[in-house]
Amino acid sequence: MTAGERTLIYFDHNASTPVRPEVVQAVTACLDGLHANASSLHREGQRARAALERAREQVAALVHARADEVVFVSGGTEGDHLAVVGGAWARRDEGRRVAISAVEHHAVHGAAEVLEEQGFEVAHLPVDTSGVIDLSALDHLEPGTVLVSVMLANNETGALQPVAEAARRSRHAGARLHCDAVQAAGKVPVDAAALEADYLVISGHKLGGPKGAGALIVRRGAPLAPLFRGSGHERGRRGGTENVPGIVGLGVAAECALRDLAAEGPRLRALRDRLEAGLRASAPGVVVHAARTERLPNTVNASFPGARSDHLLIALDARGIAVSAGAACASGAVEPSPVLAAMAVPRETAVCALRLSMGHTTSAAEVDALLAAFPEALRAARAVGAHAGG
Amino acid sequence: MPARLRVLAAMSGGVDSAVAAALLAEEGHDVTGVTLKLMCYGTTPLSPRACCTLDAIDDARRVAVRMGFPHFVVDAEDVFRTRVLQPFLDAYAAGRTPYPCALCNQHLKFGDLVRRMELVGAGVLVTGHYARIERAAGGGVGLYRAADRSKDQSYALAFVPYAALGHTRFPLGALSKGEVRAHAGRLGLAVWDKPESQDLCFVPDRDYAGFMMNQLGERRGTAEGPIVDTRGRELGTHRGLIHYTVGQRRGLGLAAPEPLYVIALEPARNTVVVGPRRALESPGLVTEPMNWLLSSPPEAGRAVEAQIRYHHAPAAARVFPRQDGGVEVRFETPQSAVTPGQSCVLYDGDRVLGGAPIAHALGAEGAGAPAADPTRGAH
Repeated sequence: MTAGERTLIYFDHNASTPVRPEVVQAVTACLDGLHANASSLHREGQRARAALERAREQVAALVHARADEVVFVSGGTEGDHLAVVGGAWARRDEGRRVAISAVEHHAVHGAAEVLEEQGFEVAHLPVDTSGVIDLSALDHLEPGTVLVSVMLANNETGALQPVAEAARRSRHAGARLHCDAVQAAGKVPVDAAALEADYLVISGHKLGGPKGAGALIVRRGAPLAPLFRGSGHERGRRGGTENVPGIVGLGVAAECALRDLAAEGPRLRALRDRLEAGLRASAPGVVVHAARTERLPNTVNASFPGARSDHLLIALDARGIAVSAGAACASGAVEPSPVLAAMAVPRETAVCALRLSMGHTTSAAEVDALLAAFPEALRAARAVGAHAGG
Repeated sequence: MPARLRVLAAMSGGVDSAVAAALLAEEGHDVTGVTLKLMCYGTTPLSPRACCTLDAIDDARRVAVRMGFPHFVVDAEDVFRTRVLQPFLDAYAAGRTPYPCALCNQHLKFGDLVRRMELVGAGVLVTGHYARIERAAGGGVGLYRAADRSKDQSYALAFVPYAALGHTRFPLGALSKGEVRAHAGRLGLAVWDKPESQDLCFVPDRDYAGFMMNQLGERRGTAEGPIVDTRGRELGTHRGLIHYTVGQRRGLGLAAPEPLYVIALEPARNTVVVGPRRALESPGLVTEPMNWLLSSPPEAGRAVEAQIRYHHAPAAARVFPRQDGGVEVRFETPQSAVTPGQSCVLYDGDRVLGGAPIAHALGAEGAGAPAADPTRGAH
């Protein structure tokens, strides 16, 4: 009856992507039949344990890791905290510095703040105007830098980072490398072994799994101080009873993502090209961010001068399209995103940024529907912007 | 059921605007809730009581979720700063006592938001004000006092552009506060027992001077200076003009045989003028250019009622339009504490005819010095 119940055409897959039907089935079956604690020694417990270990293998396969390197966590934020805080804390006697790229996810910045409060110094690695880190900065790390954090794909722009080279240079400087692969996993091939990342994080709900389940891949030999203690779960690396249904869903999602990866990449890239061409046609002044570097096939981050992010988001929502504002926080403040600011995007352009992200449910018809709705929404948003000091 | 309307609902987070939006949604209209973000919460911690905090945004969101309509926050900090906060500061610095709620309604709720209606294709703007919009005798629409006189907010709405009234709805105009809370309870809105917002929503704890100096870094009007009587004799020292308002009696720190009141603030001489109660009285006032809520301004000498403060019993008066768009208002009986900067709102019974900031009082003939320098405040 009310407007809130209608379904929007969804262009916000980087925020969260619909759960795959195979996952719904697996999680439902798990909730229905796998009620035991995976640590219990009886056969019911062993069944739950077996489901966990199967998921561990599925996750390991997606990111080319070994099953025993997979630590289940609650998602990206926890994975990043466990890697950055736990990885640096484990080496605190060797040095109290970490370095993170300027475009890391909030979760990594937050984890670095935790370390700062513990007396660590945090360096921020600059990026170029495409949002790609300046690798040479890794050749001049301060002595005592124990951990470097470089994401695989940026959540806002989709820009891919040279993680393998970053890992090599970090290792040379004596630092371990943490890689937030939350946005990359399922969208581009992720090979933890080839990247030689010491810590790598993925999240279930970004690849068609449920929210509340993710994984930290801890490379063999990489030290880790657990954040949650008190019991020996996950080989002592993450205390707390395992979220069996969530983890089972994560595993199935990982398996599906791996299965579809080869076909989905080109399909999404074609949709992205169609989307960008259409946007350029209807908004001649559009600025596509990170357009001149390798990026995720599903993500378009673009500024439409004169149309402030919050206005354009509302105008598109009212016309049936769900997108993400590239320039607003939870409180609604229109602040340039720190990612675009680090890329030296001018403020007046940055506050007009929109993120359009696609996924396994996105069709060409949906892209065309967005392109059909876009000119009118843009006109409405620009009409406000002219007056609202946007 | 009446035709389904696309409605933009302004939601402050309080119970009134929540119920206004919810009632329209309950009628089956296509409501989109919007909360204007007016201040930067990151750098200006505000009282949780204030109506524009992050908590308030969450409260508004919860109402939208409960009623099943979408809700957005839009950043209006720039407009708020340039159209409300800066004039607020400038007025105090000029020795006036501003009424920012009128500006906020004029520029934010019925200016900025009206321009945003097109974003969602809305034809109607809804707010939780206690006032009525009705067809006026002789054509057009008019703004009228609320049925619940104790809650009436028509005084604060006098600067709303006349054109905006035609596509605005005040669902609470015919309701009492008790009925509004009852609706909130009936609809299961968590804000049903939320306390009233007090005074200015953006100033915590009523400490205007402290807010201006500490939060906004204001320095004008903060220097000490003399307190003089109407004949110019120095009686004491004031703490800075922004601490004072016309009609104020408390906090002057003066010992005198009869109670003394602030009669005028004179920024050019950084002086507070005080005098006995009778010196506060003025036979009339002059306004800045009026906002008329009529199709054409009234003829000279028309009988009206003039309200010169939020809590002021309107006084019978005659109104004379001036060349500059303002009016001269002559009271039937002199009124106390005509305060430059406050709104003068003209009524015909329940109907708001128009309003403007008070520029200055008319000199009180035979009652000693003028209540305020009539050459002042003409900017």
